[in-house]
Amino acid sequence: MQSQTMAAEKLSPAAAPADAAIAIDDVTLRFVTPDGHMMTAIRDFTMTVARGEFACVVGPTGCGKSTTLNLVTGLLRPTTGSVRVMGNRVTDISRDIGFVFQADALFPWRSVIDNVAAGPLFRGTPKAQAYEKARDWIGRVGLSRFEKHYPHQLSGGMRKRVALAQTFINQPKILLMDEPFSALDMQTRTAMQDELLGLWSGLKSSVVFVTHDLEEAVALADKVYVLTAGPGTVKSVYRIDLPRPRVMADIRYDPKFIEIAKVIWNDLREEVQLGQSRGLQTGH
Amino acid sequence: MTAISPTEQAATRATSIVAAEAQARARLRKRHALVIGLRLAILVVFLGLWELCADYNIIDPFFFSSPSGIWEQIWSWVTEGTSQGPLWLQIYVTLEETFLGFAIGAVGGIVAGIILGRNKLLADVFSIYIKIANSVPRVVLGSVFIIALGLGMASKVALAVVMVFFVVFANAFQGVREADRAMIANAQILGASPMQITRSVIIPSAMSWILASLHVSFGFALVGAVVGEFLGAKQGMGLLISTAQGAFNANGVFAAMIILAVMALVVEFLITRFENYVVKWRPAPFNEQGT
Repeated sequence: MQSQTMAAEKLSPAAAPADAAIAIDDVTLRFVTPDGHMMTAIRDFTMTVARGEFACVVGPTGCGKSTTLNLVTGLLRPTTGSVRVMGNRVTDISRDIGFVFQADALFPWRSVIDNVAAGPLFRGTPKAQAYEKARDWIGRVGLSRFEKHYPHQLSGGMRKRVALAQTFINQPKILLMDEPFSALDMQTRTAMQDELLGLWSGLKSSVVFVTHDLEEAVALADKVYVLTAGPGTVKSVYRIDLPRPRVMADIRYDPKFIEIAKVIWNDLREEVQLGQSRGLQTGH
Repeated sequence: MTAISPTEQAATRATSIVAAEAQARARLRKRHALVIGLRLAILVVFLGLWELCADYNIIDPFFFSSPSGIWEQIWSWVTEGTSQGPLWLQIYVTLEETFLGFAIGAVGGIVAGIILGRNKLLADVFSIYIKIANSVPRVVLGSVFIIALGLGMASKVALAVVMVFFVVFANAFQGVREADRAMIANAQILGASPMQITRSVIIPSAMSWILASLHVSFGFALVGAVVGEFLGAKQGMGLLISTAQGAFNANGVFAAMIILAVMALVVEFLITRFENYVVKWRPAPFNEQGT
């Protein structure tokens, strides 16, 4: 369908290589709703993320994007199929995982430094060492002057920086992000995307980044998964061959970027329309 | 007309800002003084009218007392002691019962609220019994406690405990249930064990609910202790009231009431101080009340 010269190479979902960081294999997840009905969240879902790879998941609202993340954390179990992280079947929350939430998940009663030190402290690092590490990570996100502040005293962008430091301090091999920047304004979001890529390039975690913003997905990712309207399954996968390091403020004017975004948007559009017409019918 | 140089302009602007700030501060001070003045005026008018009405027998001071009568009563209690011993001893006994009941009830309520809030099965099983126990008029239990535990301190403490427990329990339970899902998931993924989640997420987020209930429930503990003394006691403010009532001494009833109110206000003030200390992470409220 596309020529080989195109930057957005369409991939066929193949079997996972043995050394994949995340391998979701033919997973179907069904819920029983409180009124006793069966609801399928995702079906026949296959996804692999190689070590150090940045994967984005886009799709219409309510297609089960966040569900895929919860499968990887182990907070949800697949009805059929298997989920493997670093080669092991997911049974419990792995210590290798970091998660950045859409909502503010900082602890409001802890100061910035206490929030960032939380991970190491929970995991039993001695206090002095944990705080030394926290100070270092706060410095890396540029908030050294705000160590003693409480979250309510910070702006939305600063709180997201704290959330990033809080997650990265555990040096996760797997980084899961659930629309982390969707509540931020345009300029702050661009700055945060740069911040994220900077931190990620230092750590080389494998990332699954869920977003409804296609441009954000293309700008950040090595690989973009397009999901169908719910129950979600993978519609297509694209490899994004834009050179790194990328600068968020400039990349959106790159002709190659625009071309890729257009191709994927054509794919995504019908699913979005389908999702919306369904939403209107069911009133969601 | 003369031109004004920019520096000159800036200088005049600076002085005008300082003047405006001084003006605004003066206005605030004035308003504060006005509020305090009006409060005092209302108190003076109220007490004055009461006193005058009593003096001219518009209301009967035998039934409705009078400010001067109440004051004389308090003064005689302070200087000569009450019929059951010195006044401070009565206050001490009542306060001791109240604090013991308050502490036991609050700790019990918090612990039970957190356990049931964290465990869905226990909550589903016990909720019906708690509802039943809560619907029993608790003052009636006072009689049960006096029969079972005697006229001493234990029966009053027990009544104060049951008065406090349910209020604190309900709030702690609700607070635990309202703890943010994302925050719990965050802690879990950061590596917290269930115990660590309870300690560092659940309890702090339920804290505002618990503290709100402590304000109300201290009043309840006082009611429990006083009603307990009412029903049968050898010491305490409740007994003082019931003795005064038996002697048709309206002054005595009002005087004891005022002493109890002052006790409650002092403790309320201390709880507020404690609350501000514990939850200093919260954004400042819109306006501190200027009392």
